[in-house]
This record gives sequence, C-alpha cells and structure tokens, in this order.
Amino acid sequence: MLLVDIVLPGLVLGGMYALIALGLTLQYGVARIMNLSYGESLVAAAFGAFSLYSGLGLSPLAALLLAVPVAMGLNWLLYRFLLERLMRRGKDRGAQEIDSILVTFGVLFVIQGAMLVAFGGQYYSYSYLSIPLTILGSTLAVNRLVALLFAALVGVAVYLALTRTRIGTAVRAIAVDPNAARLVGIDVAALSGLAFAFGGGLVAIGGVLVSMFLTFNAAMGVVFTMKALVVVIMGGVGNVMGALVAGLLLGVVETAVARLIDPGLTLAATYTLFLGVLVIRPTGLFGRAAS
Amino acid sequence: MFSTNRRTLLRATGLAALTAALGIFPPTADAQEKIRIGYAISKTGPYAGGAGITTLPNYELWVRDVNAAGGIKLGDKKLPIEIVEYDDRSSSEEAVKAIERLANQDKVDFILAPWGTGLNLAVGPTLNRLGYPHLAVTSVTDKAPELAKRWSNATFWLGTSAQISEALADLLGKLKGEGKIGGTIAMVSIADQFGIELSAAARAAFKKHGFTLGYDKTYPMGTQDLQPLLKDAVASNPDTFIAFSYPPDTIALTEQAQLLKFNPKIFYVGVGTAFPLYKGKFAANSDGVMGIGGWNADSPQLKDYLARHKAATGKEPDRWASSITYASLQVLQQAIEKVGKLDRAAVAAEIRAGTFETIIGKVKLKDGLLQEVWSVGQWQNGEFYALAPTSQPGARAAVVPKPQWQ
Repeated sequence: MLLVDIVLPGLVLGGMYALIALGLTLQYGVARIMNLSYGESLVAAAFGAFSLYSGLGLSPLAALLLAVPVAMGLNWLLYRFLLERLMRRGKDRGAQEIDSILVTFGVLFVIQGAMLVAFGGQYYSYSYLSIPLTILGSTLAVNRLVALLFAALVGVAVYLALTRTRIGTAVRAIAVDPNAARLVGIDVAALSGLAFAFGGGLVAIGGVLVSMFLTFNAAMGVVFTMKALVVVIMGGVGNVMGALVAGLLLGVVETAVARLIDPGLTLAATYTLFLGVLVIRPTGLFGRAAS
Repeated sequence: MFSTNRRTLLRATGLAALTAALGIFPPTADAQEKIRIGYAISKTGPYAGGAGITTLPNYELWVRDVNAAGGIKLGDKKLPIEIVEYDDRSSSEEAVKAIERLANQDKVDFILAPWGTGLNLAVGPTLNRLGYPHLAVTSVTDKAPELAKRWSNATFWLGTSAQISEALADLLGKLKGEGKIGGTIAMVSIADQFGIELSAAARAAFKKHGFTLGYDKTYPMGTQDLQPLLKDAVASNPDTFIAFSYPPDTIALTEQAQLLKFNPKIFYVGVGTAFPLYKGKFAANSDGVMGIGGWNADSPQLKDYLARHKAATGKEPDRWASSITYASLQVLQQAIEKVGKLDRAAVAAEIRAGTFETIIGKVKLKDGLLQEVWSVGQWQNGEFYALAPTSQPGARAAVVPKPQWQ
C-alpha cells in the first residue's frame, strides 16, 4: 500500500509541476523567448483567480474562461510590441535568448511591481475543492487532482495540435529552423507570436489552478520560474510530452524521497535527478540531439 | 611623478577635511522642522510576505498616528515625522547598503528595523557602528541576550527560541499532568535558522517534561507538497502535532491535516497561525488550533489598536508581532520625548532603561530584552488568545482536545 501511497500523491504533485511548465515549453522551446517573467505571470493569474473568487464568488474553473483569453491577448501584445523586434534583430539563437532574458527580466519587475501595488506583499490563500478523495487507500485533495487532470488534458491536446495539425507542423518547423521555415512560406513572426500567446494562456491555466491549493504572494514568482525551467530542460526544450513526463517524474521522485528517506532531502533529490538526466541525455529526456 | 602624487594627496586631504568639517557641524536642532525617520523593508523577495503583514502596516499606522497628533514633542514644540523608505529586496547586502545610505546620504534622525531574524542580525553591526537605536522586533534568536550585551544600541522584543519552546513544553507538560494529553509528540520544522533553533530547543524541553518524539523531521523551504510528511507524522499516532513552519507551510499543513482527517488533541503550527489570513481561510476550523505568538485580546488598548489598524490599513494585524512592533515605536517616541533632543545615544540608553506606556501595557526592558512575551496562542471563537507562558497575567486556559475538523 505504501507504493500506491507514494505513486498517486507523487503523480498529483508532478501534475502540478507539469502544469506550471507547459507554458514555458511553448514560450521557450517554440517562440524562443526565455521568459524570466514566467513565474510572475503565473502568480498574476493566481491573483486574478483569487480576486474573482473572493470578490464575485466566481469559481476558479469558471475564471479560466476569462483568464486564458485575457492572458493570451496580453502575451500576444507583449510579443508583438516588445519581443518581436528583438527576435528580428538577434543574429542567432544565442543572441535572441540573451536579449529575451534581459527584456523579460525587466518585465518581471513591472508585473511584480504592479502586483505589489495592487495586493501588497502579504500572503493570499483561499479554499476551493479542498475535499478529500480516497483512491486505493490513498487520500488526495480534489483540487490537486483537478490540476493533474488539466495537466494531462492540456499536455495531450497541445501535443496533438503540434503533431497532427498544419499550424502545429509549421510551429514545430520554426522551432527547428526559423530561416528554413521562412523559405517554405511560413509566417515566422506571426506564428511565433501565436505560440508565445498560447504559452501565456497555459501559464494562466497553471496560475489559476495552483491558486486553489498553494498560498501565494507577489514575491513568489521566481519559485515557479525555477521549477518550470527545471522541468522544461529536463523534458527536452520545446517538447510538450517531455515536460509532462519530466514533471510527473519529478513529483514521484520527490514524494518517494520524502516518504522513504527524509523529507529534508526533497530539494536535493530534485537537483540530483535534474543533473542525472542532463549527464545521461544532455538535451533532456525527449530532446533531439543538437544540430 | 612625485609632485603629481603630492598634489593628489593635498587635494584628497583637503576634501577629507571638508567632509569631516561638514560632518562635525550638522544642521542645528533649532533649525529642524521635521524628524526624519528612515527604514529599509522587504517590499519584494521572500520576506515581503512577513514584512507586509507585521512590520510595514505598523510603521505606516504609527507615522499616521503621530503626525495626526502633531508630531513628536521635542522640548516645547512638536515636530512631524518625515519618512524615507527603501526596499531591501529581502537581501542582507541590500539592507546594509540601504542603512548606510539612510545614515550617510539621507542623514535621517532615526532608522527603523527591517523584518525578520536574518535581516536584523545583518544590519545589527552597521546600526551599532553608526550609533542608531536598533529596535530588532521581529527577530527570534537564542543569541539575543549575547547580542544585546555586545550592541548597547540594540533591543530584542520577541523572546528567544528557547523561551518560546520552553513555554510551549511547559504548557504541554501541564496538560499531560492533568491527563488531557498523552506523551507522544510529532514534530516537523523548516530547515532554516528559525526552524532549527526552535526545534532544537523544543527537543530538549520536551525531554525534560517526559515526552517522546514519535516523529521529528525537517523539510526544505519552498516544499510544495507537505502531505508525505504529514502522513508519516500521522502514522506515529501522536496526541500532539507541532510544526515550526512558515506561513505558506502553516496553511498547507492545516489544509492537509483536514483532508487526512488528522485530529490530534493539540494541533500547533508556526508563523502565520496568528495572521488574520488563517482565520479568514479556515473560519470555524481555526478554532482550537494553537500557534506561535498570541495576545491578550481582552485588553481595551489592544481592542482599540485592532480597530485603528483595520481602519487605517484595511486589514487586521497579526496576533503576534504586530502589536509589539507598534509598541516598540511608541517606546521610541516616548524615549525621544524624554531625552528632549535628537541625541541617538541618549535615546538608545533611555529605551533600555526607561519604563513606557504602550498598547501592550507597561514596557520595561531587561538587559535589552522584552521579558513578557507570549509564546503560545490559540484560536478561540475567532480570536487568537495567548495561553503561555502560563505565569503571565492574562493567560487563558487551553481548549484541549481541539474540536474535530468540520
């Protein structure tokens, strides 16, 4: 029974990790923006859900219908008016990455500052679907299960969209080689913007769902950026399935270490796993060899 | 070569002399229109959560209260307070730099403390060197008595880790003696200085009172799922659950305990239990939960303070260090008024030696430490009443066992 009690809660925790990493996979892997303001966007979505819930009594799941389009719109604007010219100016991927890091580092402080003005530095928390559910003798919280469910659904949907549709194929072509993609008539700028905006929508899903069970404040963004980065790199940059698998794996390993060895070692386990994966497969679990 | 050097030297010496001269003759006290008070506080970074609830609202409330009353009385006139504020970004280096800047560039008359044990210890030596009184309110450390000896300008207001843990163990020992709880405790603690000091002191104190620790583990900061920890704690079948935790963990542990239907007779969680957020989130389920801190909620001064805090900031204060933070500022004001001039050394000495009327009652520090500090509180009917030290006047009786989670 201990095995079930490790695997199920581990998958649930991992689902959250995968969920918070999916957006970064698209933004970094496809749109080539190393978005350092990622965690702040996630927390902003959490604040949005909190405000709608406490102010209007709107359920966070209903809030998703509002949060996702708004986040996509804002991210599209951000790309269109700020990031696109960087992408055009950067000579190669390295230069583009450095530029995007510098710009989104600034954006980080803008978002954080706005949140501090609006909500102050203190902690926020509310309860939604905090209901116990016992599966095979292991008790799980429904809100965390919902997050896992969303991670799986969104992950698979995005994966299918990328691999089975025309636009998805074009987006993947950009991720592989933007110049070659341009040569075959793909509108690189427009599709990159779309991928970035879509990534932003996924961040909002993550933020809204995480706000149901994590206590957050305006200063907490960096925690999420770090975790998402570990998951994305471990899964193979730009690979949606990779992020999903890496997130789940991380959750199970952390839970196993906490139960079997010592809860004090979960952080060490995370980074040992991370380093281990990178030593064996430098491009991540599902990553392609660098061309 | 030589002449250039000499010229440079002469110029430097001249500059130094000029600077020194300016330093020796500060603006005279009668020309002073305002009292400039500066502080650097964590508006961003991991400490912003604590600073935003405990420290900053009280700084703002106090300044508003003092200025509304015309200011701080200096001799025969009242001077309003002018504030210089910086963000230390939860970083020790930034905090120290900001203090230097406040003292050397902004030339403020007094400096208020940052939030948290780490930052207060970081700025301690600088404030001491610059000669500013240091009211290190939100710092809990066993080094406090020693530091207060070393830094004559510094005062500590929340007790030591040992005091807090011993008061908790005394209370538990008393309850065990009355047959209300058994002898098994499960304890978890956060792996930083706060958690390590408190749990170390608690281990010794529990042993002294004949308790056994069925489960005793630490967890790293930023742990996003505490359920594995709690499951093993539950498995040790304790009557008492103790967590020396930080606000996000305090909330998460309580929530997980409810999900797991873990109903120990005593459920004690750390920083954040005394926050209004806790009561707001858990409502009736907060009833019976014990935590660090507490206050004498029946005191009319504190009732009045609660109302003013709510009116001015839109939020209730936390029931641990908020009122003490405000009281420390009242002490600073009264010390300045008693000294009658902006003499920082005299004010620091007065803070240590004097007796002051504050919202938490009469304050008289001993060896730079506030002695009468609440260590354990409990939510009872929507208010966080102080339980321990049981010897302190105003201590309430504990409700044990805690009502079952609903």
